[in-house]
Amino acid sequence: MSGAAPNPSVASLRAQFGTAVGRSLVSCGDTIVYVARERSHDVLRWLQESPAERYDYLTDLTAVEYRDRERPIEVVYQLWSLGRRSFLRVKVELAKSRRLEVQSVSDLWRAADWLEREVYDMFGVHFAGHPDLRRILMWETYAEGHPLRKDFPLRGRFSRAEQTRQAMAADPESNYSLEELSIAQAYRSLPADMVERLERHGRRKVE
Amino acid sequence: MDVKQGAGAPRAGKARAGALLSPNWVTARLDDLVNWSRANSLWPASFFPACCAIEFMATAASRYDLARFGMERLAYSPRQADALICAGRVPFKLAPVLRRIWDQMPQPKWCISLGACASTGGIFDTYAMTQGIDTIIPVDVYIPGCPPRPEAVLYGIMLLQKKIKGESFLDPALRVEHLPDRAGMFLPPAATDQVSRPFGSSVHQSRSA
Amino acid sequence: MGERRSVELGLATPGLDAAGRPARVPLGLAGDAVAEPELRSDHMLVNIGPQHPATHGVLRLVVELDGEVVVRVIPHIGYLHSGFEKLGEYRHYNQIIPLTDRTDYLAAPSNNVCLAMAVEKLMGIQITPRCTVLRVIACELSRIMSHLVWAGTTAIDIGAFTVFLWMWQEREKVYNLLEDWSGARLTTALTRVGGMMADVPDGWTDRTRAWLGMFPKVLDEVDVMLTRNNIWLGRTQDIGVISAADAVDYSLSGPMLRASGVPYDVRKDRPYLGYETYDFEVPVGEHGDVYDRYLVRMEEMRQSVRILEQAIDRLPDGPVNVADPHVILPPKHRTMSEMEAMIYHFKQVMDGVPAPEGEAYLGIENPKGELGYYFVSDGTAKPARWRIRPPSFINLAALPKMAEGHLLSDLIAINASVDIVMGEIDR
Repeated sequence: MSGAAPNPSVASLRAQFGTAVGRSLVSCGDTIVYVARERSHDVLRWLQESPAERYDYLTDLTAVEYRDRERPIEVVYQLWSLGRRSFLRVKVELAKSRRLEVQSVSDLWRAADWLEREVYDMFGVHFAGHPDLRRILMWETYAEGHPLRKDFPLRGRFSRAEQTRQAMAADPESNYSLEELSIAQAYRSLPADMVERLERHGRRKVE
Repeated sequence: MDVKQGAGAPRAGKARAGALLSPNWVTARLDDLVNWSRANSLWPASFFPACCAIEFMATAASRYDLARFGMERLAYSPRQADALICAGRVPFKLAPVLRRIWDQMPQPKWCISLGACASTGGIFDTYAMTQGIDTIIPVDVYIPGCPPRPEAVLYGIMLLQKKIKGESFLDPALRVEHLPDRAGMFLPPAATDQVSRPFGSSVHQSRSA
Repeated sequence: MGERRSVELGLATPGLDAAGRPARVPLGLAGDAVAEPELRSDHMLVNIGPQHPATHGVLRLVVELDGEVVVRVIPHIGYLHSGFEKLGEYRHYNQIIPLTDRTDYLAAPSNNVCLAMAVEKLMGIQITPRCTVLRVIACELSRIMSHLVWAGTTAIDIGAFTVFLWMWQEREKVYNLLEDWSGARLTTALTRVGGMMADVPDGWTDRTRAWLGMFPKVLDEVDVMLTRNNIWLGRTQDIGVISAADAVDYSLSGPMLRASGVPYDVRKDRPYLGYETYDFEVPVGEHGDVYDRYLVRMEEMRQSVRILEQAIDRLPDGPVNVADPHVILPPKHRTMSEMEAMIYHFKQVMDGVPAPEGEAYLGIENPKGELGYYFVSDGTAKPARWRIRPPSFINLAALPKMAEGHLLSDLIAINASVDIVMGEIDR
């Protein structure tokens, strides 16, 4: 499997971006290429727009953490070119010693919006420039952590009773986002501190 | 239920058919009448998270036909419902929603927990899943299965009907609202932990590697 | 007001317009509409779900309404999040197969097939010819099953209850076939790494062929009910339009993408299980509205019948499972009588089958779109990461784009046309 020829996009990437492109390998017939965190947005934009590449379809966006605690977290982009029928996996490594952050690609592919929210929810990776980075699968005030991290136990950190208590206590504000509350007809009757917070965040509907 | 004839009418064995066909009085135990009508016209408040819902829909469809049990009229508004049928797994995010639906149902109300996940958490002994809806609301009938066959669903419904027919509508203890405490907990924390303890293969799943 | 005018009704079947689509006959009062008095109104915030008949599961839509017009819709998901991907890291590869049934529970055999194929790609296992054809049969049966649910629930959302009952009756017949094969109606766990849980029983192919003979007539009946029905056309044409460019931008897949005119079907573009050797067509729409999605899915069911007939005709004899005792459990009678077989059995059950270090992504054409499983292995018998690429999750993200500006009842029709299953969205 590893003997298969790699996707020629890798060579083109190296020619274009030089040292920003790290190692590449072929695993089970799929080509994987690592790119530097600081240039990830440029690389992905080039892969999308360059006429010879045209990876116009973002098949998937996810993250991987290994059981080996020394290995960094990887953000994985599965790219597919509809016209050329070609597949490429791009990875960005995020060292756990620093803040887990990478540039968002939701401006390149709209599909990345929800996919990045899920990676944030499950791994705690921040996507700079994302329009609305909040939890998507767990509730917004979920306090136990980021579930798919390896140091997060399968059954969670808290006892079942505590998890139940926290779930039942999720307050109405955490069920509606600030954006939604700003348009509620009952806006004028919201508590004063909420109104103040909404105005501070600039989400108030203009009348 | 007896059909008694009016005083002075000829005895049944010797009466002509005409006299027997006009009973003026029908007597029955009031409990029997009330329970019979409740049991045979249960409007399900359907709470359909997951796969068990598909089997419930199959039970409601033409082959197994819930209409025979008077349950074809699904009440999506809990205000009009009698039996909450929770068909599917209920994660913690959904738990307050389930509690609110249950609270919005007026008495008399019953709850059927359909499937393994609603009963005990099923195969999902994870951070996100309640280990049984009975940690949040009181349950009358548990139907195991993953998902249960429609025959099993019908058996569970018949069990509920049997339970209803054994009730007394005057008994206030049956119609008590079991409300959660101020922290929102339905069961005390120790009881929640106790029923959520891992069992079976869940016990061995703590090692990832 | 003047005298009442009569309502013009087109009673005959409507003709076709220039684009070849059934033409709508407008229903309405001829003449001036009554002028509405000016009313000052705010926008309303309405919460739909998560307990709601028309959200197809526990989906919550927060809708900003200007009267009946949807100004904004914000979907909230996660109400069925069960921790599948986390749970997969604690399971041997074969133990993950029952989990896959419960993600997309409307097309469970297809999920089983995708998982087995992804693990076989990771481990470098070649399956037998008979297994290949059986998996095609499983996938196409799933496609029909899933589209039957879609057709029934979409019809009932828009108001046609009869179709729901007809579709569920057909689904019962497929359940019978699956139950004969796997023992379970819905959550089948049909595949194993390197093979299937069991071969089809005797007479199964004849029964399937018999059902396939009469199933197209049911589709014809649904056609008569819906395809040129004036109400159906009015509720679905030009509703929820998404352009081809937007569909690619949102990474839509499956009938959602093809109805907008993008001919991407994994069976044709990245063939697996020998799909390149079958004679079938992939329906591609034009307008990207609810009606085109309906047409695409109805035609896909007919094409699935075509594939199934070819698959059953060519089903080769031979073993279903690979002959590798490290991967597939030996037959029970040998396990109970031979030491070597018992040791193989013991090792597989207790330790699982380790996968070499590496990673693999495999996407297949699930009824809802491109379902992908991405495995990362660190050399042990349990994956280091199991990622489900959920087609419904990605398709649903386009709902605001499609629904904003339409009426509230259109929102329900559009939501139905996305064909979501919450088990897959929330995992």
